[in-house]
Amino acid sequence: MSLRFNLAGAVSGIAILCSAAAAQADVLLWSTQSRPAEEAQAMRENVLSGAPEPVDFQPNEVGPWLTRLQAEIQAGDGTIGALGALHGDFAALADDSLMPLDDMGLSAASDTFNDLSRLGSDGVKYVPWMQASYIMAANRKALDYLPEGADIDALTYDQLIEWTAAVEEGEGRKLFGFPAGPKGLKHRFFQGYLYPSFTDGVVRTFASPEAVTAWETFRELWDHTNPGSTNFSFLQEQLLAEDVWIAFDHTSRLAEAFNERPDDFVAFPAPAGPSGRGFMPVLAGLAVPVTAPDPEASKAMIEYMFQPETQIATLRATNFFPVVDVDLPDDLPPAVKAAGDAIAKMSSAEDANPGLLPAGLGDQGGEFNRVFVDTFERIILAGQPIERVLEDQKQRLSKIMEDTGAPCWAPDAPSEGACPVE
Amino acid sequence: MRARWLPYALILPVTAFLVLFFLYPFVLVAKQAFTTDGMWTVENFRNVFTHWKFPISLRNTLLLAALVVPIQLALSLLMATMVNRMQKGRDLVLYVWTIPLGISDLAAGIIWLAIFEQSGFLNSMMSGLGMIDGPVNFLSYENMTMVFVAIMLAEIWRATAIMLVILVAGIGLIPKEYYEAAEVFGASRWKQFVRITLPLLRPSLQTALVLRVILAFEVFAVVAALGGTLFPVLMGETYAYQFELSNSGAAAAIALVILVISVVATLVILRALRVPKGATI
Repeated sequence: MSLRFNLAGAVSGIAILCSAAAAQADVLLWSTQSRPAEEAQAMRENVLSGAPEPVDFQPNEVGPWLTRLQAEIQAGDGTIGALGALHGDFAALADDSLMPLDDMGLSAASDTFNDLSRLGSDGVKYVPWMQASYIMAANRKALDYLPEGADIDALTYDQLIEWTAAVEEGEGRKLFGFPAGPKGLKHRFFQGYLYPSFTDGVVRTFASPEAVTAWETFRELWDHTNPGSTNFSFLQEQLLAEDVWIAFDHTSRLAEAFNERPDDFVAFPAPAGPSGRGFMPVLAGLAVPVTAPDPEASKAMIEYMFQPETQIATLRATNFFPVVDVDLPDDLPPAVKAAGDAIAKMSSAEDANPGLLPAGLGDQGGEFNRVFVDTFERIILAGQPIERVLEDQKQRLSKIMEDTGAPCWAPDAPSEGACPVE
Repeated sequence: MRARWLPYALILPVTAFLVLFFLYPFVLVAKQAFTTDGMWTVENFRNVFTHWKFPISLRNTLLLAALVVPIQLALSLLMATMVNRMQKGRDLVLYVWTIPLGISDLAAGIIWLAIFEQSGFLNSMMSGLGMIDGPVNFLSYENMTMVFVAIMLAEIWRATAIMLVILVAGIGLIPKEYYEAAEVFGASRWKQFVRITLPLLRPSLQTALVLRVILAFEVFAVVAALGGTLFPVLMGETYAYQFELSNSGAAAAIALVILVISVVATLVILRALRVPKGATI
C-alpha cells in the first residue's frame, strides 16, 4: 500500500519536473496587452505559433505583471523571457531592469516612437511592437441628428455638444458614452485630447484660464452623457447594447462593435478645440528583462514579432496597428479598416495637434494619471468649482513633475529641467 | 516530560507557519508604511490622509459596516432559530441559505450588477410590467442612495450566511433542558429567546461578529463591481495605491489604518460580549 503511494508520488513528481522543464524551454512572454481571452488566444494561435522558439504567452493586469517582474529582478533570477507592455508600463520600471537592445538594430517607422523607446536614456530599452489610438464611434442612427453644416470628419467640441444635445432631445435619453469606469481610459482623453485641443499643453497649462474653459466645455458635454458612463470601461459593449450612440474610446475597445455589426457604426476623428485637434497615440513595446533565462531566444522572438507579416497577424489578432511600414491587405476585419481610416483622418487633419504619451515620469505615471482622474471626479461628479479644484490639483501635479524632473513633452513647449506647471 | 512538551511540539508547525506567512509579512508591511526611500517618515500617512478621497472612503467603509452588520446579525439570528426548530428538511434549507458563501465576492457583485444594470434584470422586469417607459440607470453618480442600497443588499445576501453557520452551531450546543425548564415555568417563546438563547449564544455571537465586522472593513470586490469608483472604500483605495499607482508605501499605510480599525472593533466586541469568568454553558 505504502509502496504504491510512494510510487505514485514519485511518478507525479517526475511528471511535474518534466512539465516544468518543458515550460522552461519556452520563451515566457509576460504581457500587459491582449488580456481578453479571445485576443490572447488569437495571439497564441495566429501570431506566436510561427515564432522560431515556442512562446508561452501570458497576459496579465498591470499590477500583478509588475509585481512578478520586480520580484524576479530583485531576486536576480527569473523565468520571464520577454515583456510586452505599454510605453507607460516600461517607463515605470527601474532604470536597470531592461536589457539594452541597440544591437538588434530594429527601429519603427516613426522617429517619435524610436525616441520614446529609449525611455530617456541613451540606449534602446524596448522595441516598438504595435500602436493604437483613441477615436470616436457612432451608431448610424445618430447621424440624423448631426447639426447642420457639421462635417463628421472635422467636428468641433461645440458641434459635438450640439449633436449629443440633439440626440438627447430627439430620443429622450442621454446617448453619449465616455469611458469613465474604473478600468476606463478617461485620463488619456484629458491628457491627449481635451487639454491639447483647448490649452495647447498638458502640464504647463494645467490650471490656465484655457483649462477652465476646457473643463466648462467638458461639463457641458457631460450634461448629455449617459450617467452610467462611470461604469463604462469598454464602450463597444454599450454601443452594441445601444445604451450609447456616440462614444469615445481606445480603438481596440471599440473593435467588437465594428466587427459584429460593421454596417451599424461609423468611426470618426476626435473633435477639435480652439488650439487644434488633440489626439494621442498608444504605443506598446517588447523588451527583455535583465533576468531573462535565455536572452538570445527572447531577442529572436522580438525580431520575429517585428517582421511585416507578423505585424499584420498582430493587427488581426489585437486591432493594434503595425509600427513598421507595411502594405495592409484588403481583407482586414471591419474594425481595423474603420479605425485605420479615422486615425488617418485625425493625424492628417490640418488642425491636428498630437499630444505625446507622458514621458520621463518613471513610476509616477500612475500618480500623474490620477491627477487628471481626480480632477474629473471632483469637477464633474462631485460638482466642485473648477478654479478651486485646478488650483488644488496643481499642487499635486507640480510635486510629481519636480520629484521626477520630467521635461515637457509635446504639445507643451520644451523646458529646461522639470516641466513647470504655470 | 513527553506529555509536557507534546502540546508545544504539536502547535509548532502552525506557529511557524503563522510567523512565516503572517507575522513576518506584517512586520514588512508595517515597515513599508513608515519608510520612504529607506528613511523613517510618516510621509506615506500624510500622503494618504491629505488625499481628498480618504475621508470619503473612511466614512463609506464605516457607514457600510454600521448599517450592514446589525441587519445581518438580526437576520442570521432569525434564520438560525428557524433552522433549529425545523423537523424536516433542515439540512436542505441550511445548504440553500449558505450557497452565497460558496460564491466569490466579486461574482456576487457581478450577479447584483446584472440585476441593477441599465440593461439588467430589474429594468427588464419593471418595463415588462409597464412600470417604466425606458431603461432606468439605477447605479449612477446621480443616485448615490441607490448605489449604496445595492451594495448593502449584495453584502447582506453574500455574507449573512457566514454568521448563520456559526450561530446555528452555537444554538445546537445549548442544552435542551433549559428550554424544557422554561416551558414548565410558562415562559413565552420570545422570553426563551431573550433569556436563554441570546445569553448562551454569547461566545458564538462574539466569533460571528468579530469575523463579520473585520470582513466588513475589508469590503472591496462587491463595491468595485457595483459602485466602481463612485463609492470609494478603504480597501479599494489600498488596491488603487498598490496596483494603479505602484505606491506600496501608501498602500501599506492604508492597510495599517484598516488594521487599526479592525483591532479596535474586535476589542470592543470582545469586551461587550465577554463571558463572565466562571460562567460556562
